[in-house]
Amino acid sequence: MSIEVRNISKNFGPTRVLDDINLRIDSGELVALLGPSGCGKTTLLRIIAGLETADTGSIYLENDDATLTGARERQVGFVFQHYALFRHMSVFENIAFGLRVKSRKERPSEGQIRDKVQSLLEMVQLDFLRDRFPAQLSGGQRQRIALARALAIEPRVLLLDEPFGALDAKVRKELRKWLRKLHDDLHVTSVFVTHDQEEALEVSDSVVLMNRGKLVQSGSPQEVYDHPTTPFAYGFLGNVNRFEGTAVNNQIKIGNTLFDYPAPSNNIKPGALVAFARPADLDLVDIDDGQPGVPAIVDRILSFGTVSKIELTAIDATNDAGRSIEYEVQWPRRRLDQSKLTEGARVKLVPTALKVFAAT
Amino acid sequence: MSSNKLSTTPAHAVDESPWVKWVLITLALFFVFLFLLLPLTTVFAEALSKGFQVYLQAVEDPDSWSAIKLTLGIAAIVIPLNLTFGLTAAWAVSKHDFKGKAFFITLIDLPFSVSPVVAGLIYVLVFGANGWFGGWLIAHDIKIIFALPGMIIATVFVTLPFIARELIPLMQSQGTDEEQAATVLGANGWQTFWHVTLPNIKWGLIYGVILCNARSMGEFGAVAVVSGHIRGQTNTMPLQVEILYNEYQATAAFAIASLLALLALLTLAIKSFVEWQQSRIKRIYA
Repeated sequence: MSIEVRNISKNFGPTRVLDDINLRIDSGELVALLGPSGCGKTTLLRIIAGLETADTGSIYLENDDATLTGARERQVGFVFQHYALFRHMSVFENIAFGLRVKSRKERPSEGQIRDKVQSLLEMVQLDFLRDRFPAQLSGGQRQRIALARALAIEPRVLLLDEPFGALDAKVRKELRKWLRKLHDDLHVTSVFVTHDQEEALEVSDSVVLMNRGKLVQSGSPQEVYDHPTTPFAYGFLGNVNRFEGTAVNNQIKIGNTLFDYPAPSNNIKPGALVAFARPADLDLVDIDDGQPGVPAIVDRILSFGTVSKIELTAIDATNDAGRSIEYEVQWPRRRLDQSKLTEGARVKLVPTALKVFAAT
Repeated sequence: MSSNKLSTTPAHAVDESPWVKWVLITLALFFVFLFLLLPLTTVFAEALSKGFQVYLQAVEDPDSWSAIKLTLGIAAIVIPLNLTFGLTAAWAVSKHDFKGKAFFITLIDLPFSVSPVVAGLIYVLVFGANGWFGGWLIAHDIKIIFALPGMIIATVFVTLPFIARELIPLMQSQGTDEEQAATVLGANGWQTFWHVTLPNIKWGLIYGVILCNARSMGEFGAVAVVSGHIRGQTNTMPLQVEILYNEYQATAAFAIASLLALLALLTLAIKSFVEWQQSRIKRIYA
């Protein structure tokens, strides 16, 4: 079922947490609401669920205005950040709850409930835990039971609030893959909130990036990663090196060097600019090389795995706060091995791709 | 306890010397004996000093028997009233935000800080023959002061904080996540309360009821002011004990007192059981 968010705004006292959000989520999509903490993403999710009401704007579920429908009637599945399992009920009873509270007319028989819960338990691969209590489960198990409980009522949309937030790194990775696979099997329209860009990019069909109550950018993971439209988006989606400079004709002057850059990203006026380059989009050449580059000194070389990390500090330059500027370069391991780069070497950073924005 | 033998090891550096420990324990036990155990045994010893027959007679005396029934009756009415108030107040405070919440919580505590006698006098002032509503009440032939309604109102007042105070911190610590989960799953307000909220606060609620019951049976000051001490009609057990004692019927007075003490001991036993249950549940649901 499709979800449409139209002109949603919300204030908590004097703070504006959502500022005129418009968003359409197509049926069957798996969408990530991504943003730093406090950007309003959880509030938006709760408004879609009906757990919170917006000050203005409306929510459409499958083209029906659901703005005034209570959370109880919206038939959404919601997975809470801390799971919110019923602590005094067994795993079985937790999952059965949504079926048992149905009105007598709609309520399935005891046998049907048992079969349904059993199949859900098998789906989340935890049928051996059916008689345990939530406190006896690990975080990852609780998460999956919460998901099974949400799915028991056959929701029209599935909403997940920081679904992997409270889990350790390894379990997180496993559950991510599992959630993606589950979605591919069930095809229920799903929205999950996360502050982890890697998670958002890896799991979702489409990423919605938010900042300070505003929708910044949305699109497929590749689209938003490759073509961020704002400095914020660039900085938030993955590691990035930031260069401050000024506009000179059609070039950008960083330090004392002029660089070319491809077509301007937004309406660049003469004045201060910021340029971004991903760690993989930087070449390192000897400091005496003639190419235009930013002088830097190699601090540390982290060479393990397939990608090597090189940490550098700018020579003769500091940022506005007076601290030294640090850069990160990522190279394939083989390239590093061939380059004979050593710690302490003085080099020039030569950007192969620069994304330039007017400084704000 | 091996700390005495190994008192030189660094692990026990924070232990007091055995001498200090024993003095403190003895002192504490001495006070417990002098102020708690001794009076309690005296009550039972005095009550039974002239034999079990006399004891039974004292209890079976019509006035005493009426006092016992009245005390139990008042508790039976006051507890459901306070249960309703405690639950709604705790629900309002812990699951909702509203203006004046802090003031409301302070207000709930008022009966703890006001002397029961003052509370009783307030009701006499409001509902008594010369009180604000006195004329109206007399005109409509409604008796509140020196009658059962007044005693119930006074007891409700003094026991008001017990259940709410027990539930508020418990419900606050549990938050509203589970209730929200139930709502999203399609449960209505009553189902959410009955299947989710109530089981989570069950033992806290029982604990509050026990405390409320103990206080309502033992209440003297507030009830004494509004009851009017009409024998066989408006005397509760604590009031009956006072009357008998003042009339030099020490054995009878102690007999009724022993019943009150017995009720207290029973309450204590149930309370310990509930506490044990709570800690057991905390271990399971940790």
